[in-house]
Amino acid sequence: MKISLRRIAMGAVATTAIGCATTTAHADATITIATVNNGDMVIMQGLSDRFEQSHPGIHLRWVVLEENTLRQRLTTDIATDAGQFDVLTIGNYDAPIWAKQGWLSPLDMPASYDVGDLLKPVRDGLTYKGQLYGLPFYAESAMTYYRSDLFRKAGLTMPAQPTYAEVRGFADRLTDKAHGIYGMCLRGKPGWGLNMATVTSMVHAFGGQWFDTAWRAQIDTPSWRQAVGYYVDILQKDGPPGATSNGFNENLALFAGGHCAMWIDATVAAGSLYDKKSSSVADSVAFAPMPTGSFTGGPTWLWSWNLAIPRTSHNQEAAKQFVAWATSKQYVQLVAQQKGWVAVPPGTRASTYASPEYKQAAPFAGFVVAAIDSSNPNGQTKAPRPATGAQFVAIPEFQGIGTQVGQIVASALAGQTSVEQALRRSQSVTDRTMRQAGYSASGAPSP
Amino acid sequence: MQQSRLKRVLILLAGWCVALLLFFPILWMVLTSFKTEIAAISTPPLLFFRPTLSAYAAVQAQSNYLHFALNSIVISVGGTVVALLLSIPAAYAMAFHPTRRTRGTLLWMLSTKMLPPVGVLVPIYLLFKTSGLLDTRIGLLGIYALMNLPITVWMLFTFFREMPHDILEAGRMDGAGTWGEVWHLLLPLTMPGVASTGLLSLILCWNEAFWSLNVTSVNAAPLTAFIASFSSPEGLFFAKLSAASTMAVAPILVFGWFSQRQLVRGLTFGAVK
Repeated sequence: MKISLRRIAMGAVATTAIGCATTTAHADATITIATVNNGDMVIMQGLSDRFEQSHPGIHLRWVVLEENTLRQRLTTDIATDAGQFDVLTIGNYDAPIWAKQGWLSPLDMPASYDVGDLLKPVRDGLTYKGQLYGLPFYAESAMTYYRSDLFRKAGLTMPAQPTYAEVRGFADRLTDKAHGIYGMCLRGKPGWGLNMATVTSMVHAFGGQWFDTAWRAQIDTPSWRQAVGYYVDILQKDGPPGATSNGFNENLALFAGGHCAMWIDATVAAGSLYDKKSSSVADSVAFAPMPTGSFTGGPTWLWSWNLAIPRTSHNQEAAKQFVAWATSKQYVQLVAQQKGWVAVPPGTRASTYASPEYKQAAPFAGFVVAAIDSSNPNGQTKAPRPATGAQFVAIPEFQGIGTQVGQIVASALAGQTSVEQALRRSQSVTDRTMRQAGYSASGAPSP
Repeated sequence: MQQSRLKRVLILLAGWCVALLLFFPILWMVLTSFKTEIAAISTPPLLFFRPTLSAYAAVQAQSNYLHFALNSIVISVGGTVVALLLSIPAAYAMAFHPTRRTRGTLLWMLSTKMLPPVGVLVPIYLLFKTSGLLDTRIGLLGIYALMNLPITVWMLFTFFREMPHDILEAGRMDGAGTWGEVWHLLLPLTMPGVASTGLLSLILCWNEAFWSLNVTSVNAAPLTAFIASFSSPEGLFFAKLSAASTMAVAPILVFGWFSQRQLVRGLTFGAVK
């Protein structure tokens, strides 16, 4: 009884606070929100009637699409000035590129929103020329998940900060193919945001980079050979069969089903792996930071899903109110109260990580925030680089280049080509695309 | 005698194997829709499991299925009717009053199907934006009708050509005009062909995903958009996606089941004289 009264009181406070935090619109407006079908977005959709209650003049309509379809749909709509959408869900890869194109409305938030509470690397990823163009809904870095029971049984201990060399040793020891246990699971499915996210962060750790400061591709180099060689070798030796068809979801299923001893991937998986309803290894999952290579302190991994308002929206003010609501501290409270602390959108606000309830509900919270803080998306690789981005390169051409190189790397993983051949081909594919895109052959970026 | 029986059994077995092979993806989708998310992606895949309706419940809670289904029905039926209304006269003219350019025209019509749709996305998007057709049923209906036109004209042309000219001539002798000829003679006699053309067009409209995802958002979004909304870049979704797909294909599957006799009759129409 006591608990339920407390819950009701918390609910009332949260709802009132959200109502006060955002001013109520007077004129009727219907805003169309384009989003993806991730768990946190589904919760937002479910709770959005609270927003409509506290903002009686604003009605919400939802368009939920698969990530790549959504990106294509949004770019077509904005480029043709059609104005079908008022709120967009975009990644931190898209935000600065779209802001540069003049597609997004700048977001000047009131003091009550507390922009300073947003984690700095995440906020920086959404800032173009000092102006914020998107608000983070949830963010993730990457970490190493491992099975403490298998480690114990083999007499192994995961160091506080593992290296790639150590991890390979563990994977070799733990692989037991006869019993369906694979030492290492990694993304193998080709795509700029799939296998190339893993490969890019490895390349940075091994001292490599995509481009030098003159935009010349740096793929056919010793650092890439070392990184991709390591990736192909560990997956061929210790990875699950058919690794080239495994993306985030497939590896999540493999790990949750007890088939992976280690898995390096997005921090957002932690919630599912700790949930006994969706994971058969909830009791034995443990975590460590991403392994390090020969170059430490370089960019590692940072992805955020953000809400932004296109310039073409006819309901700028109403859209801004919704975006502020969905990314506010009060929204975090609302989710905590309705769905439990473990379900709150992670990786965006310092206040979430300061909450003792969250720390208790999510034992991985400290690791996640530390991983995000050290993700260093704007930082430098071993040799200076011309672009930003942790596990991607923040230029429009990267989608195409990343996917093409991803396919070539996957063919090396499948054993159809050698790592050396794959990197030579990747180098020439990247050179050609960059030349065609107007980055001149001499290396100077196009005017 | 025994040998011919054995032959029949073997043919029957082979037929069942092919049918099962073709039907297996649909069967697997339906089975997956009754699994939990974890069971849906377990390795090795589970053939026996405790069925649950949780995926259907989640799909229902998240989306308004009826809204999408109604859009699919209106757009597919509308698109098919418009396509037939345009292609019957076109095929009639080409089959019974051919000119030197008929063959070329037919090939040119078919060639429009060879262009990848994305090639004309931006022009069509701009046209739709200017004429206020974005996210409207009538807009998508128009695209579907035009998209299927080459196929319906070709199919009807083939069916009409099978029809003996003498019958139409006899009709004309008895005083039938062009309209009477088409309405009272041509259409009744080629009805299996017309029906199967209509059915094929309906199925193509129902399954079309490129345009429906690109020119609709909320109001006119059909079942393809409904399915697409359950694919997730992060998180398990196969059971929900399978449930959504099962719900999306169910109406057309039931429709296909009832009209299969007509469809087979139409597709083999005129094949054996």
